[in-house]
Amino acid sequence: MPRWKPKVADFLYPRDRNWHPAAHFPDYKSSILRSPQKPLVKAPPSPSEDHGPVFGHDMLGPLDNDLIRNFAAPGEMAIGPRMIVHGRVLDENARPIPGALIEVWQANAGGRYRHAKEGYLAALDPNFGGCGRTITDDEGTYRFTTVQPGPYPWPNGPNSWRPAHIHFSVFGHSFAQRLITQMYFEGDPLIPLCPIVRAISDPAAIDQLTARLDMDATAPMDALAYRFDIVLRGRGSTPFENRSEGN
Amino acid sequence: MATKRLKESPSQTAGPYVHIGCTPNFAGITGVYASDPGATMLTGATEGERITITGTVFDGDGAPLTDALVEIWQADAAGHFGTTNTGFTGWGRCPADQSTGAWRLDTIRPGATGDGAAHITFWIVARGINVGLHTRMYFPDDPKLPSDPWLSLVEDTRRETLIASQVADGHFHFDIHLQGPNETVFFDA
Ligand SMILES: [Fe+3]
Repeated sequence: MPRWKPKVADFLYPRDRNWHPAAHFPDYKSSILRSPQKPLVKAPPSPSEDHGPVFGHDMLGPLDNDLIRNFAAPGEMAIGPRMIVHGRVLDENARPIPGALIEVWQANAGGRYRHAKEGYLAALDPNFGGCGRTITDDEGTYRFTTVQPGPYPWPNGPNSWRPAHIHFSVFGHSFAQRLITQMYFEGDPLIPLCPIVRAISDPAAIDQLTARLDMDATAPMDALAYRFDIVLRGRGSTPFENRSEGN
Repeated sequence: MATKRLKESPSQTAGPYVHIGCTPNFAGITGVYASDPGATMLTGATEGERITITGTVFDGDGAPLTDALVEIWQADAAGHFGTTNTGFTGWGRCPADQSTGAWRLDTIRPGATGDGAAHITFWIVARGINVGLHTRMYFPDDPKLPSDPWLSLVEDTRRETLIASQVADGHFHFDIHLQGPNETVFFDA
C-alpha cells in the first residue's frame, strides 16, 4: 500500500477533537442528523492542506470593518450600544498570523438577523446589515466596530435562547487552519444554558470563546471595547500517526 | 521550543445565517461588498480544462441541506497552489440553493500534486455542523486513484464516496452524505 512520507518537522499540530465541540450533541437538535456517524479518517496534511488562499488588503472597502455604517444610509448609523471588537490571531505557538481574513456576522441590537429565514419578531434595523470583514496586520491584530448584538430565541427546545454572540470565519495560511467559531461576551448568563456552547465539554475551551471587556481599548464617550484573541492551528514536529481509522 | 503552547480556538457551528457573513449578496445584503468572496474562481486567462462541479449535501434523513455553505480549495492545472497563477484563485465558495440545496462551482480541473491523485478539497459548514467537515473529491477517470496515499487510508467500501461521477463533458457531480449507508468519508488532517 502506498504511504504518504511525512516530513519530520514543520507539521500542523493535530486538532484536539476533545477541545472542539462534539459533532453529535443531541441537546443541539440540528446536530442529530447532521453529524457524521463514522470516525473521521486521520490523514497526514498534504500540499492541499498546507497551502491556502491568500487575501490581500486591497479586497477591503473602507467600511468593511465598520458594521455601524457599512449598510447604513448616508449619514445614518445602526442602532445599539457602540462597540469595538479587537484582538490578535495567533497560532498555537503564540506566533501572530498576519494576513488572516476574518469575516464576521451577527444579529442587530434587538437580536434580529437580516435573513430570509429569520423568524424572530424583534425589529429589523434599516441601517444594519450584520456583516463585516477585516484582515490582520503584521502583528496579527484586527479590529472592527459594531453594535452590541442582542440575544435571541431559536427553535431548538421549547424555550431556547442564544447568548449574545458574533460569528467569526477565519482563514489562516493553510486551508487546514480553516475555522468558523462564535465569540461570546463576558458575564452573559445565557452562555452556560446554550446547547451550542455546551457541545464544548471543557469550561476552559468555552472561556476561550468568551471576549473580555477591555476598558483600555474603549473610545471614551464613543464605544466600549471587547478583546477576543483567536488561535489557529500551529506547526511543530509532531509526527503523523499512521492509523487507517481513528478518532 | 520554549514558547507556551496555546490551544486552538474551539469551533462553533456556522449556524443558519452563515450567508450573512460569507455570501452577503446572496443573502440580499447588497451594497456592502462588491461581490461575494469565492463566487468567481477564474479571474483571468488560465490554463486548464474548464469544469463545473454540482452536488447537494444530504442529512441523515436524506433531506438536502438548504442552508449549507460549501468551500473548495485546489491546485491549478499544473498542480501548483496559490499565487503562481494569477488567473485562478484556487478557492471557491458556494451557498446551497435555499429551496433545493443544490450548489455549483465553476473551476478548472486540477493537476496532480506530488504522488497523489488530482483532487479538490471540500469544506462544509451549516447549522448543526459543530466543526467544519473536510473531505476530498477525486475524478473517476484518474489512473492515479489506486496509488493515492489518502485513498489508501480509506476502507475499500467507502472510497467511492470520494469519487465524483461525470455527468457530461466537463461536468462532475459530487453529492455529500453526512450520515447513512453512503456516508461520505470525512478527514482529520
Ligand atoms: Fe447567531
